[in-house]
Amino acid sequence: MVATRRRVARDFQAPPLTHADVEALSARYDEPEWLREARLAAWDLYESLPMPTTQDEAWRRTDYRHINWESAGVLPQANAGRFEDIPAASRQPLLGEQQGGLLAFVDDQPVHYEVNEALTRQGVIFTDLRTAAREHPDLVRRHLMTHAVTPGSGKFAALNAALWTHGVFLYVPRGKAVELPAHSIFYTTRPGASLGHLLVVLEEGAQIDYLHENLSPTLDADGSYIGAIELLVGDAANLRFVNLQDWGHHVYEFSHQRARVGNGGQLDWVTGQMGGRLIKAFMEIELDGKGSWGRMSGLYFPDGKQFMDLDTQQNHNAEHTTSDLLFKGVIKDEARSVWQGMIKALPGAQKTDGFQANRNMLLGDKARADSIPGLEIEADDVRCTHAAAIGQIEEEVLFYLTSRGIPRKEAEKLVIDGFFVPVLDRIPFENVRDRMMDYVERKLMGQDDPAQA
Amino acid sequence: MGAALEIRNLHVSVEGQPILRGVNLTVQQGEVHALMGPNGSGKSTLANTLMGHPAYEITAGQLIFDGVDLLELETDERSRLGLFMAFQYPVAIPGVTVANFLRNAINARRRAENPEDKGIPIPAFRKLMTEKMDMIQMDHSFAGRYLNEGFSGGEKKRAEILQMAVLEPRIAVMDETDSGLDIDALRIVAEGVGRLSGPDLGVLVITHYQRILNYIQPQFVHIMLEGQIVESGGPELALHLEEHGYDWLREKQNGTGEA
Repeated sequence: MVATRRRVARDFQAPPLTHADVEALSARYDEPEWLREARLAAWDLYESLPMPTTQDEAWRRTDYRHINWESAGVLPQANAGRFEDIPAASRQPLLGEQQGGLLAFVDDQPVHYEVNEALTRQGVIFTDLRTAAREHPDLVRRHLMTHAVTPGSGKFAALNAALWTHGVFLYVPRGKAVELPAHSIFYTTRPGASLGHLLVVLEEGAQIDYLHENLSPTLDADGSYIGAIELLVGDAANLRFVNLQDWGHHVYEFSHQRARVGNGGQLDWVTGQMGGRLIKAFMEIELDGKGSWGRMSGLYFPDGKQFMDLDTQQNHNAEHTTSDLLFKGVIKDEARSVWQGMIKALPGAQKTDGFQANRNMLLGDKARADSIPGLEIEADDVRCTHAAAIGQIEEEVLFYLTSRGIPRKEAEKLVIDGFFVPVLDRIPFENVRDRMMDYVERKLMGQDDPAQA
Repeated sequence: MGAALEIRNLHVSVEGQPILRGVNLTVQQGEVHALMGPNGSGKSTLANTLMGHPAYEITAGQLIFDGVDLLELETDERSRLGLFMAFQYPVAIPGVTVANFLRNAINARRRAENPEDKGIPIPAFRKLMTEKMDMIQMDHSFAGRYLNEGFSGGEKKRAEILQMAVLEPRIAVMDETDSGLDIDALRIVAEGVGRLSGPDLGVLVITHYQRILNYIQPQFVHIMLEGQIVESGGPELALHLEEHGYDWLREKQNGTGEA
């Protein structure tokens, strides 16, 4: 028996999408039959699952009832987006003049595609997911939502599986160490639903650095991003992946991101979360292979009325695995962040070493951070530790810096830059680090949320 | 005629508790003053008040620097005017290197003079840092370390002197710079101050030990007791204090009557 509240509360509503939308999308792009069937099966699963509510443990702190699906649930229509619409800073090459490839989308359409021939020669595939499904059906079919993120990972994972509108496929063949980094951008220009998908496959001994960015200006009607990221790191492969998110403040993101790492494989994963109205992201590393290593680093800076809920898991599924997590956040104005982290060690995952640390700095009395570390250890010979902290910039620190002639706002920025340095140092691209510093400055100077202006 | 720091009838409270009770003192550019006194006499309160620490409430009096009313200025503005305080307990700033911090401090000065300023060019900044570090015999690797993080007591104090060397203040207040230093560290720090002193720098050395004054020789010595300067004199006053302690002053105070 559920008590009825007198206050009229909105339900956790589903977007107004239908089976017919799945059929239409698949038909519009003349997708292969296996893909159409996979979409329809995912749709059936999606329909069978309830919308998550704050009654569900993983969603307890994430109330998205204020989303307006009438705007945020509308699928994109083809439009005349251009590469030049994307902010220039994001279009720059990652290393000096060179990059391995740049793949950019405006709304759901690929608008820019370049791949350095050095990559092509190595047999690297870096293309949009729809083209990949057509040209490399075996590879895509084998990996797409089959063992990292699956439709069963959650309601929104199933929705992404049924209706992904655009995506990136990055494939590095066995033994190929790619020197130049790959870079992709999803840029949205209109409200409505956007369902992006990243599928990254590194075969045994492969190596690459990859940056993906999600960007949009702030628009005046709600938008949604139902995303999925799949990172498949083979035996002895090495992936450095950086994911930056700077949505406009109208975007609600619900995403599932999961990596699998094989024997002796290494994954260095950094996420930078700046934008969005509400972010709910599940980020998981499955250390499947003996001796595999996974590092997750996060930097987040919500301000205004932003809400970010980052849910991480470090799963030690084999022996001699090592995971290391560091998430650092600054929360300003009336913003709120949630970090929930879990380290799991399966029975038999002996000699595992798991670490997680979450540190938050609050700017202002109304800012709030929740930090919820967790351990579930079923092996007996392991070392798993965690640390969590929430604090503010100490007045003594600001006094010290201002006593050297640095104005207070700049002193705050210096402290916050310093706070983020341990995470920024893990981003292998200097111009991306600089850009993150610029984001931080923009946030601190209060120029970010138009609602605050 | 150089600038002067004038402290006039300064009364300061902390959390409602009066600490300074009418301090008068003038330090001119080019002069070296020592302010001595036992723990709790109000020396550090004076230093922090001069720099504008928000926890110190001025209930009466004036602070004038080069003719400017310091009480109208924020801490950063006071610094840019040419006032410096070497902290007794320098604060660690994780993730911010000594070099980055100093560049920010220099650029804040440049921008205050010219809002269009693009900041000190990197080569010029490197040269400046190297010069100043050499001047106070500091290893160049210091520049890349996070400010005061994991620094030994002596390293922290030397980093303070480096900041002073780079910022070139007109008046510097050294708040118990000698505390917690062994004799070698003390000598190095004091020699650093010695190299910086000259006609353009006025120094107020706050200490409760005479020993630092063997290296930084003051022309004027002042003694503070219970929030007031009760005695001023020349260098001989410090020696007298070393020999006789503070009791004779307390007696003298009580003898003359406080009412």
